[in-house]
Amino acid sequence: MNFGLSEEQELLRDTARDALERLDTIASAREALDGVDLLDSWSTAAEAGWAGLVIDEEHGGAGLGVFDAMLVHEELGRRLTGTGLLGHVTATGLLNAAAQDERVATILPALAAGERRAAMTLARPPRDDDEGWTLDAPVPGGGRASLPAADAGGALSGTVALHPELPGADVVVVVATGPSGRVGAYLVDTAAPGVQITEVVHGDATRPLGTLELRQAASTPLQADEGDLARAWYTGQALLAAEALGVCQATLDLGVAYAKERHAFGRPIGSYQAVKHQLVEILRRIDLTRNLCFFAGYAADSSPGEFALAASSARFAGEQGADYATRTCIAVHGGIGSTWEHDAPLFWRRAQLSRRLLGGVEDAGDRVAGEIITTARDRVAAAA
Amino acid sequence: MDLKDTPDQAAYRQRVRAWIEEHRHEAPELSSGLHAADPTAFRTWQGTLADAGLVGITWPKEFGGAGLGPIEQVIVSTELRRAGCPGIVDHIAVGNIGPTIFTYGSSAQQERYLGPLLHGDEGWCQLFSEPAAGSDLAGITTRAVAQDDGTWRVTGQKVWTTMAQFADYGMLLARTDPDVPKHRGLTMFLIDMRAAGVTVRPLRQISGAAHFNEVFLDDVELPADAVLGPVDGGWGVAMTTLMFERLALLAAFEELGWSAEDFVEPVADLPAMGDAHVRQRIAELTTELLSLRYSAYRTLTALSRGDVPGPEAGLGKIAIINAGVQASELIVDLLGPAAIDGRWGDLAMEMPGLRSGGGTEEILRTTVGDRVLGLPPEPRVDKDVPFSELTTGKAVAA
Repeated sequence: MNFGLSEEQELLRDTARDALERLDTIASAREALDGVDLLDSWSTAAEAGWAGLVIDEEHGGAGLGVFDAMLVHEELGRRLTGTGLLGHVTATGLLNAAAQDERVATILPALAAGERRAAMTLARPPRDDDEGWTLDAPVPGGGRASLPAADAGGALSGTVALHPELPGADVVVVVATGPSGRVGAYLVDTAAPGVQITEVVHGDATRPLGTLELRQAASTPLQADEGDLARAWYTGQALLAAEALGVCQATLDLGVAYAKERHAFGRPIGSYQAVKHQLVEILRRIDLTRNLCFFAGYAADSSPGEFALAASSARFAGEQGADYATRTCIAVHGGIGSTWEHDAPLFWRRAQLSRRLLGGVEDAGDRVAGEIITTARDRVAAAA
Repeated sequence: MDLKDTPDQAAYRQRVRAWIEEHRHEAPELSSGLHAADPTAFRTWQGTLADAGLVGITWPKEFGGAGLGPIEQVIVSTELRRAGCPGIVDHIAVGNIGPTIFTYGSSAQQERYLGPLLHGDEGWCQLFSEPAAGSDLAGITTRAVAQDDGTWRVTGQKVWTTMAQFADYGMLLARTDPDVPKHRGLTMFLIDMRAAGVTVRPLRQISGAAHFNEVFLDDVELPADAVLGPVDGGWGVAMTTLMFERLALLAAFEELGWSAEDFVEPVADLPAMGDAHVRQRIAELTTELLSLRYSAYRTLTALSRGDVPGPEAGLGKIAIINAGVQASELIVDLLGPAAIDGRWGDLAMEMPGLRSGGGTEEILRTTVGDRVLGLPPEPRVDKDVPFSELTTGKAVAA
């Protein structure tokens, strides 16, 4: 058994931490809410080699796995960095698996080098208790939005609303329903006719959302089956979990530092159990999430059958943890913690937006339950 | 990252599995609760396991252990659980007391006690907590007074003593010097539970069962060689015991083997499995239990790289209680009032008390806050004050 980071993984994490500490991403997160352009951290990502993390070496990447990308995402979360890397990693993971197609292999080196940026519209795989593939966005009157449709010639039409990481992408992997009714993946160039991405900011300026509109847009159909599309969804869940872990850690550090220095009634407030126990609860949730992130990283590479359970568990615990941690961080700081000039509200904004994206925390929890219920029913059936 | 055995571990697992296959018919039936009602058959089984080298896996060989690491310990626990066989019955003895004896004991003590302890031939209990000293363990008032002939006389009361009704010996923490600050005047003793003046009384709990005992010590005479470790150095000995306990808990969780599937199985075919709120509750308990499993793998890796288990292990105890509460109450909620009397209701009834066992949730959080997060401790009014001048101390002296 070896369930710890390798030396290479420790180096990857430490290098990411150092590189991101040199950028004033947190000040930028605040200014961007007032309309200033967000600090461009993509060049940092490209220089550090993160753009090629999950692309094979033969295509110019580092040939690493989901867990390695999660380590980087934890650091991105800790510094509220809006790189667009989550979209890029999910998209390039799928493209890398489809690289036997010459047209895909041709574009991978530029994506691996970070010269071009990819994103992906992630679609919700069916759960044990629902019908089929949908988009995450709810529609008025119930249900969720349908996937875009591809015609026999690969032309795509439809809308993907309020999806993270789309703005700024050069290419997008779109999950769409094909002419035979089967879901598939299609690659579109965002500069092509009939492709439009509208950027909006809701709550957290470091994570702009995009609405993608496709009108008979030309695409390259990709060799990807439902398993590949599900893997991309759960990779997105795992990366969001890792980001949430970084948010938890950053707010714990802020809270602990303040609780040591701020005095009330003659002693540091961190000596009071009411404050101390809440900070320990953040730590407990960090442990919970980190253990599940290890599970997700392990399952992604070594136990694919458990990846849905592992990634959903990590997401569920991580987003709930970040919600708790960012609220508690504000509370420990008192009034100052809820002011514009303080960093705590920026982390809170990140937690509030992220836990509602890509299925949100409820869908993740529902999937965890669905996996367990299915296993339990199989056991009951086997015993009967 | 992998969960695979090394070739050595795989060979070890194979040997353990083969032995269990051959001997499982000798094992008593697994009990459903956390405590055995009558340990006799389990004691015999522990002896059989010990003869095969499957008890005290992490103990050094010179003391009768297998001299292996925590990963091998977990291999044994996992294989026993897989086969549906019980493991050792005397967890506290093998996990906490034995290691304290091989760390602090004289060679005579080690030779006398460790073998029978490992084989389950002699049962042990840990006499630490008192009615007025649990979280504040150093505030115990049980008094041991040195006699001119080198013997000791002990008077006081202990409580929450697991297995005391079956124990031949106990490891006892008592106050030997009340005139120094509380941590400095304590000494650890090994005590014969059948000595004159020792009375064990079962303590019935919420479920009606008696898993713990009260132990009354009335002028009990202890020989000079009953002292374990340095006189007045008992606090350090007790801290060592708690460090070993953290290590033992890892294997105990694995042997308990709680998984979310086990808890969902009895309700898996109910229509409530489609209820959104029920599904969120299942997710809550699943994440806690999965986290414990992967936490164990991470800890085992850290231990095999040379780390020592720290106070953050207390977070695992909080998690398992959370999960136990959530799981047992979910099942009883879904099965209805009839389930209050039965396996799941019994488990639900054990949980509120277990929240305080092995360190209350509050004291665990305080310790983690102080020692892991480095938060300032609460002011201690009893620091540097002789025990006899504290409220508790005065009351005893009066």
